[in-house]
Amino acid sequence: MVKQKIENCSEQELKDLLKEVQAEHQKLVMAEAEVKEESLRQKYHQQVLANEEQGKYIQQQLGKLYQEKAASVQPKALLMRNIARAFLVGGLICTFGQIVLNFVMLKFGLETREAAGIVSVTVVVITSILTGFGIYDEIGRFGGAGCTVPISGFANSIVSAAMEFRREGLVYGVGAKIFTIAGPVILYGTIASIVVGIIYYLVG
Amino acid sequence: MGKRIGRQTLQFTEEITIRSFATVVGRKEAEGPLGPFYDYVFPDNLFGEDSWEKAEQKLQQYAVELALEKVKLEAQQLDYYLGGDLLNQIIATSYTARKIGVPFFGLYGACSSLVEAMILGSCLIDGGFADLLVACASSHHETAERQLRYPTEMGVQRTPTSQWTVTGSGAYLLGKHTGDWKITHAVPGKIIDREIKNNADMGSAMAAAAADTIITFAADTGMINQIDYVVTGDLGIVGYKLCQCLLQEKGIDLGERYSDCGMAVYHAEQQDVHAGGSGCGCSAIVLGTRYLTQLLKKKGEKLFLVGTGALLSPTTNLQGDSIPGIGHGILIEKV
Repeated sequence: MVKQKIENCSEQELKDLLKEVQAEHQKLVMAEAEVKEESLRQKYHQQVLANEEQGKYIQQQLGKLYQEKAASVQPKALLMRNIARAFLVGGLICTFGQIVLNFVMLKFGLETREAAGIVSVTVVVITSILTGFGIYDEIGRFGGAGCTVPISGFANSIVSAAMEFRREGLVYGVGAKIFTIAGPVILYGTIASIVVGIIYYLVG
Repeated sequence: MGKRIGRQTLQFTEEITIRSFATVVGRKEAEGPLGPFYDYVFPDNLFGEDSWEKAEQKLQQYAVELALEKVKLEAQQLDYYLGGDLLNQIIATSYTARKIGVPFFGLYGACSSLVEAMILGSCLIDGGFADLLVACASSHHETAERQLRYPTEMGVQRTPTSQWTVTGSGAYLLGKHTGDWKITHAVPGKIIDREIKNNADMGSAMAAAAADTIITFAADTGMINQIDYVVTGDLGIVGYKLCQCLLQEKGIDLGERYSDCGMAVYHAEQQDVHAGGSGCGCSAIVLGTRYLTQLLKKKGEKLFLVGTGALLSPTTNLQGDSIPGIGHGILIEKV
């Protein structure tokens, strides 16, 4: 079956075609099972694979027709509203961080780099407490990416996973699952920092 | 094959009845439009247990016990227990069956589990293998979330097509001759997969299967115009609209007669549930409270319920595979 021909088929034609292809599959499998000679078996197996490929293609084509219909009834995410909320909440979190930064620098006479560490710890601790009391997920539902991107989102993902899997025990529960969400960030963050470090070493 | 009509429809010859039913829900469901009609409301989603899984098991057990007590029967009089839920290895159902202690069929049809159980239960009764059995299904918001999506306390924004898993369980006691409703026909569904891969859009994944079952029922029996209510399990707003489009394409215009349990269970706007409710518990709690008691009033009124299931596996979904959908149909008539 030529692909082009399939592309122009109507939904019903595609469904009929799919039935034909599936019926043929069964016959091909039997042929493959019955044949004794290895080289012939390979030949039949290629035909089976080609048949499966064809079936998959028709299935995808049917899916495409369906998804066009689905797209027409699906609500659009309120993009501008979500962006505004993310800006507001994310901005507030960062403003809070800046206030803490300025405060510790002024009060304890710390350098920016030292003070930044304190800011991170403060935000992480507050987020963890809010997560524990079931407040941060409400903020997150409102703020979206504004709550995920700052370090508070990172803390939330770890604490929420720890809480979630506490009941499965400290080792196989919390221990094994605590980084299910944050894991990728830690892994690729570390890799990225190594790459950047190497570039910095070579260029800087 | 005297009991089969057309390609897929079963016609029962015995008078199979729903003798009683009971619904048990969580707080959020009780705050929804059907709040006053539930038999029991759990004050919180843990209900004094130390895990959500245990709480879900309790939901089911309470539902079964209440359904039995309403007609003054005991669990030991049941011939079978049929049920399902969304947990791995349908464990909430198996634990409930352990407590009930009668022969048990554990079923998995995702959110179509209740209707699947009712169809098979009706077959058992019609075949003379049972006189009394319970068909039951449950779901729990937190157990489903942690298994299928994110930890519950994680602050993420949900997409507008996403649905809220119902915390609730409905148990339906099926028997013979006595009862206010009878089950006359059933349409076991086929898997229809239209390559939807977004696990936050189950409505679209299931709509094609629901429409297929309704179209098949119409073709097999020619009765679609005599049905007072055509109801889908948990398509939500998105799936509902899509299913309606698919039916209209085939010349089936149900208009006002078509509704969806997922849209009936919550106040969509105030309760922030986006496209509506979902989960095994969704059709299980809405069928009894909204349709059987409130809407089916006159003798002979008919309801065609399509339990819709998105047979999603988180593993294959991550591997990039699509979500197979299924719709099991059952025809209930007021006696």
